[in-house]
Amino acid sequence: MSGHSVEDIKKSVKIYIGVFASLAVLTVVTVAASYLDLGSGEAFFLAMIIASVKGTLVAGYFMHLFTEKTTILAVLGLTFFFLITLMFLPYITFIDHPAI
Amino acid sequence: MEIPYNVEERQDTGMYNAKLGIWLFLASEVMLFGGLFSAYVFLRMGDITGTFASGSQELNVPLATFNTLVLISSSVTMIMSWVSLKLGDIKKFKLHLGSTLLLAGVFLVVKYFEYTAKFHHGIYPDTSTFFAIYFTLTGLHMIHILGGMVVIFYFLVPGSKMMKTEPERFTNRIETVGLYWHFVDLVWIFLFPILYLL
Repeated sequence: MSGHSVEDIKKSVKIYIGVFASLAVLTVVTVAASYLDLGSGEAFFLAMIIASVKGTLVAGYFMHLFTEKTTILAVLGLTFFFLITLMFLPYITFIDHPAI
Repeated sequence: MEIPYNVEERQDTGMYNAKLGIWLFLASEVMLFGGLFSAYVFLRMGDITGTFASGSQELNVPLATFNTLVLISSSVTMIMSWVSLKLGDIKKFKLHLGSTLLLAGVFLVVKYFEYTAKFHHGIYPDTSTFFAIYFTLTGLHMIHILGGMVVIFYFLVPGSKMMKTEPERFTNRIETVGLYWHFVDLVWIFLFPILYLL
């Protein structure tokens, strides 16, 4: 992004404002969704989907990942793999749960 | 001796050094918070007494929603400060970066009220596993906000001299602090629903 021209940056400002509005709306949607009568699994899934959309907007536009160099994307891809592994690691405990 | 690749891009990485540096740091930060998020999953899975469901009901959702909007706004002012520098508008740069610092301060003040309300009700990290992970995650996040505020203040006041001597290098510095700040916002985007809403 550092090599972008002044014209490109001026165009980006409109995108940044749009992302800000989307993030604000999605924040309200997240809170509203928490009042829905959903099971804990569905509520968790829905909250994570909304948070992931918001996270993608921040990382993609504010952190310029949509237009970033391959070196950085490769580093983050590897990090993301280990992050997901870490998230599912606690589920290993189910392996030795006695069948009820 | 001048430090190389402060401004010009390295041929092998295609970017200035500080940019790769901040991204490697942020990758390590992802794993730091990732470890704690994993601990949250583990504790929630083992929560047979329902302390997570009852614990999150003790938290103040309207205040946390307000704080989420404050942090999102600070992300916008942060990126606008970088945009202003790129366009050579120093006055707007200072206005936007100053606003970022102010919004970060608002976030911390709200968090202070949230914490003290919990302490008044006798709720501490040892109250339950939910509050143990709540105080750990939000506490670590607050330390990151504080760290960001120190760096932003540096670039706003003492470190802003570089704006005149090496404007391009200074712009790159603002871009890297911005990347850090957006990451802190990103972490809160996930903390908010898992702690307050679920």
